[in-house]
Amino acid sequence: MAREYKTISEIAGPLVFVQQTEPVAYGELVTIRLSDGSTKRGQVLDSSKDLVAVQVFEGTSGINRDASVKFLGETLKLGVSKDMLGRILSGAGDPIDGGPEIVPEARLDIIGAAINPYARDNPSEFIQTGISTIDGMNTLVRGQKLPIFSGSGLPHNEIALQVARQAKVRGSGEEFAVVFAAMGITNEEAQFFMRDFERTGALQRAVLFLNLADDPAIERLITPRLALTAAEYLAYEHDYHVLVILTDLTNYCEALRQIGAAREEVPGRRGYPGYMYTDLAMLYERAGKIKGRKGSITQFPILTMPGDDITHPIPDLSGYITEGQIVVSRELHRKGVYPPVNVLPSLSRLMNAGIGVKKDHHGNLRTLTREDHKAVSDQAYAGYAEGRDLRGLVAIVGKEALSERDRKFLEFADMFEDKVVRQGRDEDRSIEQTLDLLWDLLGHLPEEALTRLDRKYIEKYHPKYKAKAAHAPAAVAATR
Amino acid sequence: MAMQVTRERTSGKGTIYRISGPVVTAQGINSRMYDVVFVGKEQLMGEVIEIQGDKTIVQVYEDTSGVRPGEPVVETGRPLVVELGPGLLTSIYDGIQRPLVVLKDKMGDFITRGVQAPGLDHAKKWDFKPTVKKGDAVQPGTILGEVQETPTIVHRVMVPPDAKPSKVRDIKAGKFTIDEVIGTLDDGTELRMMHKWPVRVPRPNEEKLRPEIPLITGQRILDGLFPVAKGGTAAIPGPFGSGKTVTQQTLAKWSDAEIVVYIGCGERGNEMTEVLTEFPELKDPKTGGPLMNRTVLIANTSNMPVAAREASVYTGITIAEYYRDMGYDVSLMADSTSRWAEAMREISSRLEEMPGEEGYPAYLAAKLAEFYERAGRVKTLSGKFGSVTVIGAVSPPGGDFNEPVTQNTLRIVKVFWALDAKLAQRRHFPSINWLNSYSLYQDSLNDWFAKNVGQEFLDLRAWAMDALQQEAELQDIVQLVGSDSLPAEQQVTLEVTRMLREIFLQQNAFHPIDTFAPLERQLKILRAIKRYEVLSKEALARGVPVRTIGSVKSKSELGKARFEQDFDKAYEVVMSGMEQEFKVMEAA
Repeated sequence: MAREYKTISEIAGPLVFVQQTEPVAYGELVTIRLSDGSTKRGQVLDSSKDLVAVQVFEGTSGINRDASVKFLGETLKLGVSKDMLGRILSGAGDPIDGGPEIVPEARLDIIGAAINPYARDNPSEFIQTGISTIDGMNTLVRGQKLPIFSGSGLPHNEIALQVARQAKVRGSGEEFAVVFAAMGITNEEAQFFMRDFERTGALQRAVLFLNLADDPAIERLITPRLALTAAEYLAYEHDYHVLVILTDLTNYCEALRQIGAAREEVPGRRGYPGYMYTDLAMLYERAGKIKGRKGSITQFPILTMPGDDITHPIPDLSGYITEGQIVVSRELHRKGVYPPVNVLPSLSRLMNAGIGVKKDHHGNLRTLTREDHKAVSDQAYAGYAEGRDLRGLVAIVGKEALSERDRKFLEFADMFEDKVVRQGRDEDRSIEQTLDLLWDLLGHLPEEALTRLDRKYIEKYHPKYKAKAAHAPAAVAATR
Repeated sequence: MAMQVTRERTSGKGTIYRISGPVVTAQGINSRMYDVVFVGKEQLMGEVIEIQGDKTIVQVYEDTSGVRPGEPVVETGRPLVVELGPGLLTSIYDGIQRPLVVLKDKMGDFITRGVQAPGLDHAKKWDFKPTVKKGDAVQPGTILGEVQETPTIVHRVMVPPDAKPSKVRDIKAGKFTIDEVIGTLDDGTELRMMHKWPVRVPRPNEEKLRPEIPLITGQRILDGLFPVAKGGTAAIPGPFGSGKTVTQQTLAKWSDAEIVVYIGCGERGNEMTEVLTEFPELKDPKTGGPLMNRTVLIANTSNMPVAAREASVYTGITIAEYYRDMGYDVSLMADSTSRWAEAMREISSRLEEMPGEEGYPAYLAAKLAEFYERAGRVKTLSGKFGSVTVIGAVSPPGGDFNEPVTQNTLRIVKVFWALDAKLAQRRHFPSINWLNSYSLYQDSLNDWFAKNVGQEFLDLRAWAMDALQQEAELQDIVQLVGSDSLPAEQQVTLEVTRMLREIFLQQNAFHPIDTFAPLERQLKILRAIKRYEVLSKEALARGVPVRTIGSVKSKSELGKARFEQDFDKAYEVVMSGMEQEFKVMEAA
């Protein structure tokens, strides 16, 4: 019933304009058959009685006025199945691992409806990533969207992989399924991810969508939506806890800008479209948990900040939507620290909900991490911030001019980077190890400077008292 | 002209000409600007925003994917209205007053489209007690009677503001739904507990009053240094992660307004869920009942339709005005007005309007001004006093305040609470920068503070601001030479301002006691720090070394006293301890 039209009137960038059609739905899927017999896919961006604008995912090269345009009468959908796990798909959702076609159990609209805020469940389950700067200082919880803000040439991929390998909710025995969406990354980077997934056996519980650097840019606009649709299906229909890694959002936003420019839209900041906030929100907001459903979606998007500038529109708008950010620092990377996470500008907004010991609805105590977690992390933050400030002063007046107190803080900052931030690529620290490590370092600060720590925690966990408590019975025994 | 009258009676029908995202162009209808129309086979709700020749441009509040040219457009002949009556409190709405609870029942866990849901429960019966009787003269806005809406709030049913002055013909007590007639006026007007009001039209009042009563927030830096008046306007701009939302939520919880309207405009879903789960469990400090009993929530998250986001602030402020008209003090939190402005920008760019600064429409400033102007403390039509305080969060791109939304907002609002990412990074919360923030209400509120807290509070405030200003200057020097090279007196000043920052300005929103500091406690903390300064300077004069003064234990004790249930007792202990410590100090 769908008719083909040979009424292309204009082609501009990724857009094709078609005249005199039947009424075409906004968002409708389109196939374009070229004169050489090949086909391309697209989507309706603007539909009126006289003219229809189509955005072509594979790019418009090779299309001329002779190409025929067919409107498929439905919006873009993805066939989903549990069998997607273990598969590698293209950025448009077609298998590229040589395996069979995926037999869909359902066909879902890729746009994804907004979760009713009233149906959402509060994220509160601590995810242990084994990385101290995340677990101890910027805790990730199930259902959160916590991006890595990085720069080109920094080891964000390694960090993402380490998280994907090590992430677990303790005591639950549940594993994460991983949905990985690559947007415009290089073949080499994609290989790096695939090798690691294969090496660790993670591929069996992963779905990979790959849009590589030489794939059409416009396709990048649908790749993350396909990935999130697959993730939602696995989470909400098959009870999986899904970790979605999206990389690199910067390439996604570039594609968005390209479309905006082709449509001659009024540009917002730095040429990016004014609706980029809403558009990014449509991706990020698909993280979450829903009441009464077992699965969850946790997002770990990666974006590289152009010029390491956190105020650039891409990290800026992302930061307003995501629940915090992990900032990777070039300075620490140069010092040879891995993972080079700068905790000061990093943040996890859902941290408080996922740490410490909490009362549940029945008044029972639930141990999420440890009672002293928040206080220790706050104290370490304050100490590290103060120590780093002092580095500037030392550069001018020298260490000798510092007071005793200041010198301790300076040392604290150095030790913090060396002992807490630095860790091995396969080092999986438990939260207790991380917290004890922080206490060891805090033990070097003058006790009266520990203003954020309750007396009872100091007596229980401070190395000085802890050692005493451990030694006291022994001492008694010895005197007898 | 005759045709137009007909049109209003029987709603007309047209067809869709064009669809571009949330903007739909219709042909063959003749609606007025801002009238509501229903678009497409699924009857998606929209609002007329432009008329060009025979084409009418509509912004649609729901997703338009799958809608085709040629589908029907139905006129309603009325503007976007909200339903006002008992049942608003404790509700959670989307941007166009559809209850999220009802939407969940009808659509499931995800927000789909084409579902109509009235703002109020039309089946529920409320116990109405008239306060007027037959023959009483009534005006628009006159209070007709009362309904116990929630255990803590009495809902006052009013003559709609657009009715005419008349006399009560009859009025009944008893249980009614909001649609049932509870009485009539002499001119035949039927009275009900509910009336509708267009969201884009401010509700009328008798007169606006000077803002001279502070909105007490229990936040030391706000009440103490930068107070906002009841009926005033305040803006909280700050980069992401600087604590806008926590500050907004803290204000919603603790400010001494009787009604809270909280608009989550284009913000995070999980954050709204946190509000939705936390507010019903939180205890209202004044009544002991759940905080939700005096709250209306509007949640239009960032991925919900953008046109409904544009409408959400109007829905919210109309509800706020309605409670103001009953004689209540209402505070309205809009988080975030930047997202609202962006919704305007998005619609404007779809309309291909000539852009102003950074792509925002040229009417941005006017729209912001109109919105904030709906705040105010008023004498209502019924002669009561009520207020709407508007506190708007602003999310400037890159944290740079030099952008159109922040700048246009600052031109209107009287209080500016500048959030500072640097403070947030060192976990100084609330991370409001004391050097950049200001309140233009200080002078008009001075009388109230002098009368209710004491002149001492005002003097201490001036002293604290002065000390903090000095600190900023001294810090420049310290950055170069270290604090040990400063003269002893200035070292004491730095110690005093450190106390001001750490003990007075910092406040833990998550600590059960510290989250709310009554004015009395704020005064005592300031007094204690001032006393420390006086004692330190005396000690210096006696020849006591700075190091000895700096090691006074009562400093940290004072910090801890903030967390004590019995603050007054802890305070007495700290103060006598401090006096003692200084007394025994000896000259070097």
